[in-house]
Amino acid sequence: MSNNKTWVLGLIVAALVLPLLKPVFPEQISDYRLFLFSTMIIASIAVLGLNLLTGFNGQFSLGHGAFYAVGAYTAAILMDQLNFPYWATIPAAAIVCFIVGYLFGLPALKLEGHYLALATFALALAVPQILKYRWLEGLTGGVQGIVLLKPEVPFGLPLSEDQWLYYFCLITMIILYWAAANMLNSRSGRAIMAIRDQNMAAETMGIDIALYKTVTFGISAAYTGIAGALSALAIAFVAPDSFTIFLSIKFLIGLVVGGMGSLIGSVIGGIFYVLVDNSAQALSQFVKNDLGLPFDLSAYTVFGILLIVIIYVMPMGIAGGLYFLWRRLRTAGAFGQRVPGRMQPQAVPSDRKPH
Amino acid sequence: MEQFLQQLASGLANGAIYACVALALVMIYVSTAHINFAQGEMAMFSTYLSWQLMSWGMSFWLAFIVAVVLSFLMGVLIERLILRPLHSAPVLSLIVVFIGLLAIFNSLAGAIWSYLIKEYPSPFPKTSFGIAGVIGPHQLGVVVVTLIVLGLLFAFFRYTPLGLAMRAAAQNPQMARLVGVRVDWMLALGWGLAASVGAVAGIMVAHIVYLDPNMMGGILLYAFASALVGGISNPAGAVAGGFIVGILENMVAFAGNQIEKTTGIYIIGNGEKLTVALIIVIFVLTVKPAGLFGRVVVKRV
Repeated sequence: MSNNKTWVLGLIVAALVLPLLKPVFPEQISDYRLFLFSTMIIASIAVLGLNLLTGFNGQFSLGHGAFYAVGAYTAAILMDQLNFPYWATIPAAAIVCFIVGYLFGLPALKLEGHYLALATFALALAVPQILKYRWLEGLTGGVQGIVLLKPEVPFGLPLSEDQWLYYFCLITMIILYWAAANMLNSRSGRAIMAIRDQNMAAETMGIDIALYKTVTFGISAAYTGIAGALSALAIAFVAPDSFTIFLSIKFLIGLVVGGMGSLIGSVIGGIFYVLVDNSAQALSQFVKNDLGLPFDLSAYTVFGILLIVIIYVMPMGIAGGLYFLWRRLRTAGAFGQRVPGRMQPQAVPSDRKPH
Repeated sequence: MEQFLQQLASGLANGAIYACVALALVMIYVSTAHINFAQGEMAMFSTYLSWQLMSWGMSFWLAFIVAVVLSFLMGVLIERLILRPLHSAPVLSLIVVFIGLLAIFNSLAGAIWSYLIKEYPSPFPKTSFGIAGVIGPHQLGVVVVTLIVLGLLFAFFRYTPLGLAMRAAAQNPQMARLVGVRVDWMLALGWGLAASVGAVAGIMVAHIVYLDPNMMGGILLYAFASALVGGISNPAGAVAGGFIVGILENMVAFAGNQIEKTTGIYIIGNGEKLTVALIIVIFVLTVKPAGLFGRVVVKRV
């Protein structure tokens, strides 16, 4: 759909130009804002990874925080111990996470629905402890974590550190998004989605389900791992207790709010959860001062309520909801004709109840 | 030897807690085929309720009973209000809703009672007795209380008409409906009972792990492991699984300590408890999904 493409291109151009507008709007485009945008981009990549697995392949994961942690620690250890340049840690993290994800995908082959969710949930709960394992302390720095240096601006470009970080994340994101879009639009992508929609029919048609499922797990983990590595660079610090189950819940929020099975939805979802996370302080203030309730409301209350509400009213997330709206307008409006879009809002895979 | 017995005893006490939470999980699983990821946080919330009641001046056991009753109502309400409309929803949506509940309970407890760790009293006398030094009074109390609760539940399901109706609704909803069982309400009752059993577990364990909003995370993981070891479709199996996993957990830590003492090589200790649970979960799920006492699920294709 060319329409969709124009939108994405427009967004990319806007994102690329944004920091250059600083002389015009010095207030609005501060370094802090750009850093916030960078974290949004990182979140989008992580949600994109989860979406590849859950939205497109139908394998549920509540433990993507684990792969995020592996990516972050890979980057941190390579820079800390082996003096890798920061940019080289990104492909390294991708490779390591692909392998870890692929290996986790092997037992996951035998699990469906609730059981896979359970296994990945267990993984997410255990991650902080695994990172603190005494034998790994030499590498991971134990509870203290690892402190890193922020990426330096290369080639003497006239950019601030935060501006460069923003561009670095943005370019990584564009490459990853492009790769994901192409992959999904290929034979392999159709196979991945066929497995989600009709497992058995896909197998009958000669798709190697085990191979596709494990490789998708690996690719998904690699995406989320890259996001983890970028976050390690952005925050310049990693510690085990930042990779709790709640990190995985945030990815889930991004996935559900943005829209399962939609690439652009992943971006929306990533931006959304960072926004809510960052306005939690303001929200808490509002609840305390304006509503007069004696509570410190945290972002997770909002997250939890949203998860439930969205499942009720907009099961396809924001992207799906907007798409439906747009189609309604098209069909009801002056055009009077239905456009057979490629980005049909796919139904959530309907697992049968295990009896 | 004495150390070994001590570890065994504390394994039994932990196992009793896991057995309770695992039983709560199984009760919901058997009737709806859902795994309630929010079970631990619901138990934590109930424990905070009892703490609040005590700080308003109630005695321990009165607060215990009121909190358990409130938890029952909470479970029924959650089923009726939130899960009822989603009965035919896909598994993915249900998992998302459970995770949403988890986040809500966790953050609400933090908002209302703050994230500071609180002491939680033990209702059992501090004096030691015959087998002193091996099992502490609180540990023994935990085992006794959970055994009483399990016995009551067993009697309820085995000997009362309501219990029979609930089992019927879980086993064959359509037939149960035909003979006049109100299946919907049986599901809600099941949720209420599960929440109550979880509350008992939370209140019993709070003295050991202290009261804080994240106290049930690790316990929930162990309860999952217990339910899986015992066979997630078998309530009695879940209880047995709880004790097995509880003892196993302490034995692994004990063995790790002994190895470190004799050879000086650290392999495993208390810091790896969750990792052990993770390994149990994945091992059981992949090697023997039916658990020790579960029914092997045969799927028609």
